[in-house]
Amino acid sequence: MAKPIGLEVSLAVAEAVKLCDTDVVAAYPITPQTHIVEHLSELVANGELDAAYIPVESEQSAMSSCIGSSAAGARTFTATSSQGLALMNEMLFIAPPLRLPIVMAIANRALSAPINIWNDHSDIMSIRDVGWLALFAETGQEALDMTILGFKIAEDHRVSLPITINLDGFTLSHFIEPVLLPTKEEVAKFLPPFKPLVKLDIANPISMGLLGGPESYTEARKVTDDILVASKPVVIEAFNDFAKVFGREYKVIESYRTEGADTILVMMGSIAETAMTAIDELWDAGKKVGVVRIRLWRPFPVEEFKEAIKGAKNLAVIDRAISMGVPDAPVALEVKSLLYNEKVRPFISNYVVGLGGRDVTRDDFKYISGRAEEFSTSPQTQYELVGVLE
Amino acid sequence: MKKEIDAIMAVKDLPIGFTAKPGSSLEFKTGDWRSQRPKLDREKCIYCGFCYIYCPDGVYQDMGKDEKYYKPDFDYCKGCGICAHECPKKCIEMVLEEV
Amino acid sequence: MKAYETPYEKVTAKTFPKGPDALASGHRACQGCGEVLALRLLLKALGTDIICVSATGCMEVCTAPFPQSSWRMPWIHVAFENAAAVASGVESASHVLRRKGRGTDKRVPVLAIAGDGGTADIGIQALSGALERYHEDFIYICLDNEAYMNTGIQRSSETPFGASTTTSPYGSKSIGQTTWKKDMPAIAAAHGIPYVATANPAFHLDLMNKIRRAAAIKGPAYLHVYAPCPTGWRLKPELAVEIGKLATNTRIFPLYEVIDGCYVMNRKVDEPKPVEDYFKLQGRFRHLKQENFDYIRERVNAEYDRLITLTQTFPVPAAS
Repeated sequence: MAKPIGLEVSLAVAEAVKLCDTDVVAAYPITPQTHIVEHLSELVANGELDAAYIPVESEQSAMSSCIGSSAAGARTFTATSSQGLALMNEMLFIAPPLRLPIVMAIANRALSAPINIWNDHSDIMSIRDVGWLALFAETGQEALDMTILGFKIAEDHRVSLPITINLDGFTLSHFIEPVLLPTKEEVAKFLPPFKPLVKLDIANPISMGLLGGPESYTEARKVTDDILVASKPVVIEAFNDFAKVFGREYKVIESYRTEGADTILVMMGSIAETAMTAIDELWDAGKKVGVVRIRLWRPFPVEEFKEAIKGAKNLAVIDRAISMGVPDAPVALEVKSLLYNEKVRPFISNYVVGLGGRDVTRDDFKYISGRAEEFSTSPQTQYELVGVLE
Repeated sequence: MKKEIDAIMAVKDLPIGFTAKPGSSLEFKTGDWRSQRPKLDREKCIYCGFCYIYCPDGVYQDMGKDEKYYKPDFDYCKGCGICAHECPKKCIEMVLEEV
Repeated sequence: MKAYETPYEKVTAKTFPKGPDALASGHRACQGCGEVLALRLLLKALGTDIICVSATGCMEVCTAPFPQSSWRMPWIHVAFENAAAVASGVESASHVLRRKGRGTDKRVPVLAIAGDGGTADIGIQALSGALERYHEDFIYICLDNEAYMNTGIQRSSETPFGASTTTSPYGSKSIGQTTWKKDMPAIAAAHGIPYVATANPAFHLDLMNKIRRAAAIKGPAYLHVYAPCPTGWRLKPELAVEIGKLATNTRIFPLYEVIDGCYVMNRKVDEPKPVEDYFKLQGRFRHLKQENFDYIRERVNAEYDRLITLTQTFPVPAAS
């Protein structure tokens, strides 16, 4: 049995990319993603990874190069954060309809202004609807495993879509955590060599990236959405295969002490670690509070989510970003939308925490669960920005 | 003349990745854009090939060393008149297309 | 090997490739389009064992409306500003896949093709990055029709002085475009790449040999190609080649190469034709007056003389 080693999570992600024998990495430095690509360029420089490292001049070119590289048949990886993801925006829409299985790690960070390098989910939320799969990691081990899984899922011909692996900037990316590093042989057993679904090949030339007029655009968009939605069982299958090879089990929706819980806190990413310790204390104090963590954010696992929150009277949806101009933050908007037509549905309240790196504490979760329980007597009209000084 | 192949397809019929086959624009005939057509006087033609070289639409075909001239494919000729203008022997005349 | 010593198979009148065009007919370019003519000849020179990356623009829109494509080689279009970056990815992938035994053994030239807006304006950052990174099998082609023609003739930084466009219109307070063309070949050459050239479809053999040379040389190449646009220039559709000849013979668009930093003037124009001959054929310049022609002539000649000085100062070394 392998022993865990202490490894900075960014480096663990880079090691996963190496273990997957990635062919091309195109990246541009941005905090807090830099350690991932620094380590990758080091692995390429010292021959541990036989890949082309393209040190592009911007994130716009990073994603453009990734699209070119993936279209040419290479296993392709990049990583970014925040402003960098925003600069990629235009290209992010283009990769999914072209069916290019690019894997991108996002060390999640706030967006300017004011400029802020610390963690929240403003970056990923701004691209949630563009057609990429999205996985969230809670721990260093998960970040590593999700990266390997990312290639497996994205490259499956039933999917062949790009995927983001989200890890909280600094609070996860820069922490040294105990990590089980798989061997190259184990990864090879799990992840077959990349066989592109579509490819720029002089032996079999095709044209990619065509103009679609009003007579074909609707169908072209629909087919991309259909494939994204249909990728969920492939994700679950990959999780199951992963458990067989590596012994670590993952679910698209993770639940903690939800059995018999009156109130469930819904969240994504690394704050769930803190939330679980808070919940333990709440149970000790006689409060029945559970945690549901969305691991697979796109495609949204509707059935699994509904199953996970079944029986709860109150849902507290905890967001790490604001959707400006509407009463709910992004995750709450979606949760409300998918439960609205249910015969039995919980009260749903929405809390925004940890913007731009503000600490999220056990007390915050206790406060939120208390507020959620008061919903029936004092309903919320819009999201509550926890801890804001007004 | 068959004008255009159908771009209207059901979701299930779309090619993977919204791709196209190489050179498939041959299915789209641009000949009906034309209001005038090149008419070649083969007597004066010296088989220099400028009509072939300078045609933006690549409509001229080399008829070979025996025939010694280039023949336009009217399925694609848009009638721009570059061939006539560039012909050093002025043996191509642009004549009005008959409707 | 020095770039200027790199051998390549020359196109001559006798060896002119007569096979099917690498760019198929049926494209929707305007009647008499000089840009698609340039593209057709460039691709004809290389054949189909290449990969092409197009920026958004006339040539992309007119060659690839779903479900058809005029391209006979692998081709991809992603967006407007990033042809150089997409091509960087394709080129790097091709190299690594060959090294890892998963690609073709052949060197496959990767062409990034964009218009003047996609090159000199919105695409200049991606282009600069790609040239600086020194991709070995990378050829960038700027098809310069001197404005944003696909969106309706708006000015770009390559629109010539005095041209009236929809965003640099001639009016009582303006001559039209008030600035001089951005010198993209000089900017490309400043990256220290082995090959930069200007080309013009009216001089078809010169154009075709330049892309052959670009493909043979190891290292990035930049081709700045004159692309007459009857629609945007208000030019008769039969005149694309004639205007091209005039552009070079008036010294307005000189044909030259920068090989390993050495300058070659491919077509010396000792007795230039009057610049007026070039302008009077185009509606976009019809408001220009004699004083404008005088100013333009003076500047055109000065730039030509500067190039001649460069060829004398930095000549290609004689073959050893």
